[in-house]
Amino acid sequence: MAEKIYLYPVWLRIWHAINALMFLVLIATGISMQYSHPDAPLIRFDRAVSWHNIAGIIVSLNYLIFLMGNLITKNGSFYKIKLKGLIKSLIKQFDYYLRGLFKREPAPFPISEERKFNPLQKVTYVGTMYVLVPIIIITGLALLFPETIVSKVFNYSGIYLTALLHGTVGFLLSVFLVIHVYFSTIGASPSSNFKGMINGWHEKH
Amino acid sequence: MKRLYIFIISLFIISLPSYSQMLVDFEGEPAAFEDNQHCFDCHSKKIYTYENEYTGRIERKAMNPNFILNPDKFYLGVHRHFSCTDCHSPDYETFPHQAELRLEEMYSCLDCHGGDPTYEQYHFELIEDEFGKSVHANRHDEHFSCWSCHDPHSYSALTRRDMKISEIVRQHNNTCASCHDNPDRFQLISDSLKRPLHQIHDFLPNYKLHFNAVRCIECHSSPTDTLWVAHNILSKDLAVKNCVECHSANTLLMSSLYKYQNIELRRSRGTLNAMLINESYVIGANRNIYLNIGSLVIFGLTLLGVLVHIIFRIIK
Repeated sequence: MAEKIYLYPVWLRIWHAINALMFLVLIATGISMQYSHPDAPLIRFDRAVSWHNIAGIIVSLNYLIFLMGNLITKNGSFYKIKLKGLIKSLIKQFDYYLRGLFKREPAPFPISEERKFNPLQKVTYVGTMYVLVPIIIITGLALLFPETIVSKVFNYSGIYLTALLHGTVGFLLSVFLVIHVYFSTIGASPSSNFKGMINGWHEKH
Repeated sequence: MKRLYIFIISLFIISLPSYSQMLVDFEGEPAAFEDNQHCFDCHSKKIYTYENEYTGRIERKAMNPNFILNPDKFYLGVHRHFSCTDCHSPDYETFPHQAELRLEEMYSCLDCHGGDPTYEQYHFELIEDEFGKSVHANRHDEHFSCWSCHDPHSYSALTRRDMKISEIVRQHNNTCASCHDNPDRFQLISDSLKRPLHQIHDFLPNYKLHFNAVRCIECHSSPTDTLWVAHNILSKDLAVKNCVECHSANTLLMSSLYKYQNIELRRSRGTLNAMLINESYVIGANRNIYLNIGSLVIFGLTLLGVLVHIIFRIIK
């Protein structure tokens, strides 16, 4: 039987589940609005607008839970990046995913109670959670209250530029989601990380 | 031969319909400034004074608000060179005005502008036809005229190429709101009590933004209207309520609000409309072909990468 470590506390699992669900709603409604078509609506436009707004507000509030949880618990420490030797560590992890994994080599940075993320995960998650997500929340709230947006920036509509940034970051987060979900299948078994999302236990491999 | 070419080219340029073609001299002194001053002495003020011939006293009276005009606006309008008595009875030159003068029949636009090739570019006849089909003409009697919406004392051509869309929207919507958001004026043509505009339009997400970004006529006029400014106002049950009619690549705004720019700017593969982004953002209508292709390529490569990785995990 594989060794298990309790890595995902209840608050984190609830936060993650809400985030996952709302992200799916936001992506589906976002695509539906951006590529709306009178004859082939993915989701009816007015519904897509309402659902997108509601899901966006939930994700924003949920982000506050994430920030507070990271401040109060030790979860925040997993996001601290040490710059010394970072490039080397990233190359090592890349090499593992592109070569070592197929040769059944041991992971260069095995997950433990002290190290929840490997260096590549850490950089990606910091970029996502502390750069992309704040941008999409701020631009999303601005679009929810468009009267707060500067009307003209270099003769371009401020709303257009805000929407462009919102859509671009939304797209990048969608790409992240695909890779994130796929990498979750790399565990003790393809489904073990998904089980961990529910019961909180990480199965070592 | 060269002269013939120059002649033909000159003829062609002259015959081009030009919207900036000035039929009115806006630079010179108004032709009837002196004559009109006599009328404006009273009709530009809330309180006017006159000498009562019977008592010899100077009387101060309040002017009927409907008869107060703004001379500054009048002299900025298209009728700036007119004398008041060009349209109103010359009997108004005497005071007190005779009571029956109030019953005088007013001219309509067509009375002066109809059938005159000078004004052909403004399509007055077509406007009359479109107006004739509109709910304004059908639901109300002949009391509803051009002057119900357009004030001849200050009228100026609103929609010009050099005007910002936001300014066009503001001015056009003010015309509609002057009755439809003003219960007192609305009662001039209807006994029905009207709900406030924001209540009627509460189905619109962020109705204020909609009101500032598009004109009422975008949704409330016939989409087949060929005029620059639609005059065939439809009844409320025929108004556009389906979001995607504007919020899609083939947005109907291209044939209404953005008609002016659309004449000059061809749409590029049905995607990005350069003039749209300068003024506003319409979800679903503003699409950037380069971002679309770029995002598809990146997403495709991501999926391909994942697929290749899965295959290697299986076979190794």
